[in-house]
Formats: sequence, C-alpha cells, structure tokens
Amino acid sequence: MLKLARTFILGAGLCAAAATAALAAEGTSPPLKDGDWSFEGVFGTYDSAQLRRGFQVYQGVCSACHGLRQVSYRNLLQIGLSEAQAKQIAGEKTKKVIDDTGDVVDKPRGLADRFASPFPNDQAAKAANNGALPPDLSLITKARLGGPRYLYSLLIGYVSNEECTKAFKDFEGKPLKPADGQYCNAYFPGHILAMAPPITADGQVEYTGENAPKATVQQMAKDVSAFLMWAAEPKMEERKRLGIKVILFLLLLTGVLYGIYRKVWAGIKH
Amino acid sequence: MSTPAAHGQSQNRTVKWINDRLPIFTFADHFQDYPAPRNLNYWWNFGSLAGLVLMIMIATGIVLAMHYTPNSELAFDSVERIMRDVNYGWLLRYVHMNGASMFFIVVYIHIFRGFYFGSYKSPREVLWWLGVVILLLMMATAFMGYVLPWGQMSFWGAKVITNLFSAIPLVGTTITEWLWGGFTVGNPTLNRFFSLHYLLPFVILGVVVLHIWALHTVKSNNPLGVEMKGPQDSIPFHPYYTVKDYFGVGVFLLVFAAIVFFFPNFLGEPDNYIPADPLKTPPHIVPEWYFLPYYAILRSFTQDWWFFQIVFSWWGVSAKLAGVLAMFASILVLFVLPWLDTSKVRSGRFRPMFKWAILVFLLDCLLLGYLGAKPAAEPWVSISQWATLYYFVHFLVILPILSRIETPKPLPHSIAEAVLKGGGGAAAGATAKPMEKA
Ligand code: HEC
Ligand code: HEM
Repeated sequence: MLKLARTFILGAGLCAAAATAALAAEGTSPPLKDGDWSFEGVFGTYDSAQLRRGFQVYQGVCSACHGLRQVSYRNLLQIGLSEAQAKQIAGEKTKKVIDDTGDVVDKPRGLADRFASPFPNDQAAKAANNGALPPDLSLITKARLGGPRYLYSLLIGYVSNEECTKAFKDFEGKPLKPADGQYCNAYFPGHILAMAPPITADGQVEYTGENAPKATVQQMAKDVSAFLMWAAEPKMEERKRLGIKVILFLLLLTGVLYGIYRKVWAGIKH
Repeated sequence: MSTPAAHGQSQNRTVKWINDRLPIFTFADHFQDYPAPRNLNYWWNFGSLAGLVLMIMIATGIVLAMHYTPNSELAFDSVERIMRDVNYGWLLRYVHMNGASMFFIVVYIHIFRGFYFGSYKSPREVLWWLGVVILLLMMATAFMGYVLPWGQMSFWGAKVITNLFSAIPLVGTTITEWLWGGFTVGNPTLNRFFSLHYLLPFVILGVVVLHIWALHTVKSNNPLGVEMKGPQDSIPFHPYYTVKDYFGVGVFLLVFAAIVFFFPNFLGEPDNYIPADPLKTPPHIVPEWYFLPYYAILRSFTQDWWFFQIVFSWWGVSAKLAGVLAMFASILVLFVLPWLDTSKVRSGRFRPMFKWAILVFLLDCLLLGYLGAKPAAEPWVSISQWATLYYFVHFLVILPILSRIETPKPLPHSIAEAVLKGGGGAAAGATAKPMEKA
C-alpha cells in the first residue's frame, strides 16, 4: 500500500506540474505586481495608517464613480477614524426618508448607514460612463483572481494607445486599437476598458496622516488596494487571531488523543 | 461478549425501568460490544469523519438559515450581512462553505477505500448502494446550496445544470420550466432550492442510519479482505476504534481549521462575490471542484466525436442528451459495480493487476477533474473524450476481464493468522478488558 501511495503521489505531482505549465501558457497578461502589504501571510495584519490613506484615495478619487454599499460609516472607526470624523463623513451624504407629514425628504446619513453610492441607479451610472458600469467596490478584491495584487496592477498598468497596438491582440489576432472613451490596460482581461486611468499624478490626493509617505502614484494605488481588501474582508484580523488559537488547541488535543490511542492499543497486535 | 459496563443489564432501577419499556440502553451497549476487525488501517477513519462533517453542516446550516434571506433581491446582501454584522457569522459561513468541500474530499477518499479493498462485494452490496444514494443526495444538496448566495456562479451554474433537463426529448422544456417555477432561473427557483437544501441533509441523515445499520449487520471489511471468522480476528469497537477515530478527528479538524481560518476562499470561485446578473454571462462557467469530473464527462460529448456518432447519433440522440446520460451513468454505474468486478478476492493487496487498474482509474478521475475546469476548446476536448471513454472502459471492460484473467496472490486463512504472524503479541481478542489494560 505504501508503495502504491508513493506511486500515486508521484503521478499526482506530474499531473500538477503539467497543469501549471499549461496554465502559464494561457494568459497574455504580465504577472501581477505585489504591493508588499502587511496583511499578507498567516500572521499578517492590516496597517491602519495605510487603510486610512487608502480611504482618502477612495473618497478623493474612486467614490466619484464607484459605490461601497456593503460598508457602513461606523466601520470606519475600525480603521482608526474618530467617531466625530466618521459622523462628519457620513453627514456629507444624504438618504431619502419619509417625514411626519408623509413627504419624501433628504436626511443626512449617520454612522449606522451604509456608504452612499455615487449614482441613483445602474442606468445613471452607465449613462455617465460611456455605457460601462463602474462596479461596486465592496467586494472587488475577493471578486477578482489575484485580489489586491490584481487591483494594484490594474491601477498602475495603463499603457498608451500606441503601445497597446504594439503589445496586445484581440481574440482574432488583430492588434488592439482603443476607440474614443476606451483605455488600454496590461492587466484587464481583454485589455480594453472604459475606466480612464484614475490615479495619474503624484500628490493627486493630499495625505494628511503623521509620517505619511509621499503620495506617489504607486503609493496611492497600493494604499487604496489595501483599503479595498479591508472593505471586502473586515474580519480578517479576527479570523487569523482566532485561527492561531484554534490550531494551537487542536495540535495539543490531537497530540493527547494520539497518546491515548497508542496507550489503549499498546500490546494489541494489529 | 459482555463488557463490564453493559448498561442493558444495569441494576439501577431507573435505568432498568426505562430499558424494559424502551431498550435504548441495550441498544447503546451494541456500540461497545460491536466487534470490528483488529487490522483496520487509517483508511477506515473516513466513514466517521463523513458523519462528523454532516453534523457540522447541519449545525452551521441551521444557524445560517436564521440570518439568510431566500429572495433574489436580498440573498446576496444577506450573506454579506452574515459575513460582516452577525456575531461570528464569518466563521459560520466559512465553515459551511468549506465544509461542503471537506465533505466531498472525505467521501471521495471513503469511496476509493471501498474500491481498493473491494468493500462493495458480497455481502456488502446493499451497504454500498446506500453509500451511492448518499453521494447522489450530497451532490443535489451541495448544488442547491451553492445557488443560495446568489452570486454570478450561483446563478449561471444553476442555469447551466437545470438547462440540461431540456435535452430530454419531447418533455424537456416542460420539465425545465417546472424545475425553475418560471421561464428562467429566478426568485421561485431560489425559494425552492432553499427549501430543498434545508430538507435533503436530513434525508441524508436517514440514509446514513440505514448505511450504519447495514454495516452493523454485515460488519466491516478490512485491509486483507478476509472475513472475521471468530473472536481472535476482532476487537471491540469501543474503546479501540473510538480512540482511533478521535485521533483521526483531531488530524482532520487541523486541516479543516487551516483552510477555514487562513485560506477560506481558496477553494471558491471569485465570480461568486459578484451579485447574480442574468444579463451578463461570465466568461468561464465552472462548477465547484467536486463536480468537475462529471462536468468534463458532460462536455466531452460533442457532435463530431466519433464515439458519439457511432454509438448515439444514429438513433436520434443529441450530443447534449448523450452527455447528460453519460454524466448520470458515471455515478449510476457504481450501483452495479459488485457485479462487474466478479473476482472472489476483495482486497487489492492480493490482486496484482487490479492494483494498477485502480491506480490508473484514480489518475483518470483526477485528469477529468482538471479538464472540467478548462474551457471547451482543443486540446482539452479531445483529452476529455479519451478520459471519459477510459472512465467507462474501466468499469465495463477492464474490471470484468481482470476478474477472469488475474491470478490473485494466496490469501491468509484468517485475520489473526496474518496479524499474529511472527508471534510475540498478546492474543487479545474481543474478550480483552481494555480499560483495565489501559
Ligand atoms: C470616472 C469614473 C471612475 C473613477 C474615478 C474610477 N473608476 Fe474604476 N471604473 C470605472 C468604470 C466606468 C469601470 C468599468 C470599466 C469597464 O468595464 O470597461 C471601472 C472599473 C473598475 C474596476 C473593475 C475592473 C475589472 O476587473 O472589471 C476596478 C477594480 C476599478 N474600477 C477600481 C477603481 C479604483 C480603485 C478607483 C479609484 C482609484 C477607480 N476605479 C476610479 C470608472 C471609474
Ligand atoms: C449535506 C449537508 C450540506 C451541504 C453539502 C451543504 C452545502 C452548501 C453549500 C455548497 C453552500 C454554498 C456556500 C457558499 O458558497 O456560500 C451552502 C449554503 C447554505 N446552506 Fe448548506 N449544506 C448542507 C447542509 C445545510 C443545512 C442542514 C442547512 C440548514 C438548515 C443549510 C443552510 C444553508 C444556507 C442558509 C446557505 C446560504 C448561506 C451561504 O451561502 O453561506 N445547509 N450549503
């Protein structure tokens, strides 16, 4: 049986090797860029200063087109904003409520409310964006292969139209030519998208935090990707913390159970 | 075969009073006395693990259902509420989501254990059938569960799979619309899937009880595939296999916890974090990993495949229908496996040719799984076709022939003979008093 198992593992290994080779041959996008984020790895945690900077980028740039409807304003306290700051940010947006006389009126949002989306509906969003729908960003890092790495690469992966025509082909093998209102990106599947490069110049967002790094294009892209990872998976730190405890407990338990198992079976031929 | 702590014979008046009216204590004793082969290896741990996962799925599922909203407008957001605002909701959901994968891993290993050691052979055919029924019910349950979060893959997976029924001649469209409760996958579909997703696990539970009942009637097979002939071959299930099962549970939970806490989305599809959009087909529609081999079989039937043309097309069967039939047949063939493999020897250890056949079959299944995730284009289609063909050839041609031409190695006369060979060990049979030893 052992020999058989070894043969099997070898076979599975060969299959896997062939699979990765085939996979690598398929895509035409360059490998994703990594942002060296603090949240990567088993022990990784969010860097709250980075999340706050990323939030500034989202507020200052992306929120003009993209919603964040799964996130509530109160969640901002988690990344270190004060209650007053969060309240103020919420209050800048309104929601429709029915007042005592039955009229529909605008009321400032509060901490318990979710982020306001920039457009009242999808049709309005499309009409304002050349017919393309800017997706809600609440879950974007979990909804794309590569997650935050994809997002980061996308934001800094725009290429000029000339380069595009040189480097990329459509599915018929013809060189790509972005039309008016279309842009070319090395990482976007199919390379042509309707989002103009959102982060274009150093200092586009003014970082306010103490010891904030220089707001270069790369830094802003990195920070907003970290923020959107948090927006998609706000319980990651809690999850990993509990996970480490659970694994340690299970290691201990399994060790004890193994000891009991050996003891009960001692002297029994099997 | 009485053990010291047989509750059924207890002199405690309350216990006796109850036991005389409903013999639940006598019934409980059964687990203590139940004789198991003394030589079971770790491959025999997976049955109890499957039972554990079923319990975990039911427990987490019931709590999820308290927070989930089965409405096509609200379902996606309600799952996100669970992830963000319900206390430990993220844990419940990640355990339930990955629990489905763990369930299939465990059950697939359990089934391959049965293949290799010939556990489907007489007198265990009904036990085996019940196992296949559980597999079918699990597949239905997992398929409908995956639809509930109402993401892109939920919606399009449901659409592709329910659409398969439209391949049935004459009544296909009627059946599909009846399944949908409308003219496409929509809110009525989601509602009925939720209802059935809640129901089926309890049906599985019922079949599991029958499965164990059948097991306790015919007793466990073992790595030698030689039946127990007397007390020297066996050992009481408790405490010997209970402690071994607990150890297995520890190892299993370690793997499960590592996935849930550190890689919870590794086995999932990113597209399912996009809300369902009936107007936007995802570029690649792929099922969950545990369905990929069947998906590859389904898709391997193309109009221009020579095998399809020779066997199916001339009696008017469409390629789609042939694929659907083949997909169902790939599971249904397991029901007749006991009569396809007619070798009297159960265990692969004593079958020099079968051992290789089953290994190649396993690789074929893995290959089919790999191909199920590939786009329907060359060279994947041709490879799937050969792999599909091999899947059925293994059962319908190789196994029957092997059973006839193979010369098995000599079998030991009994488990005890094989185990005690070399001597030295105490011959502790089923009469040993374990707790005094330990
Ligand atoms: C002027 C409006 C606008 C702004 C500002 C904007 N986007 Fe977009 N974004 C779009 C549109 C339109 C699309 C849809 C593109 C398409 O599908 O062709 C899009 C698509 C995306 C996508 C999805 C890409 C994919 O894989 O499908 C991501 C991610 C994204 N934007 C992130 C951002 C981030 C992060 C910012 C802020 C730094 C931002 N966007 C700012 C309009 C905008
Ligand atoms: C045989 C056991 C079961 C299996 C294999 C199973 C499988 C699944 C799967 C694959 C999902 C989708 C997970 C996701 O991607 O989010 C799911 C969701 C769900 N299941 Fe189950 N399930 C089982 C038992 C149950 C039971 C007993 C209940 C409740 C009574 C239940 C309630 C739910 C609910 C409410 C959801 C939607 C929430 C969510 O998507 O996380 N399940 N199930």
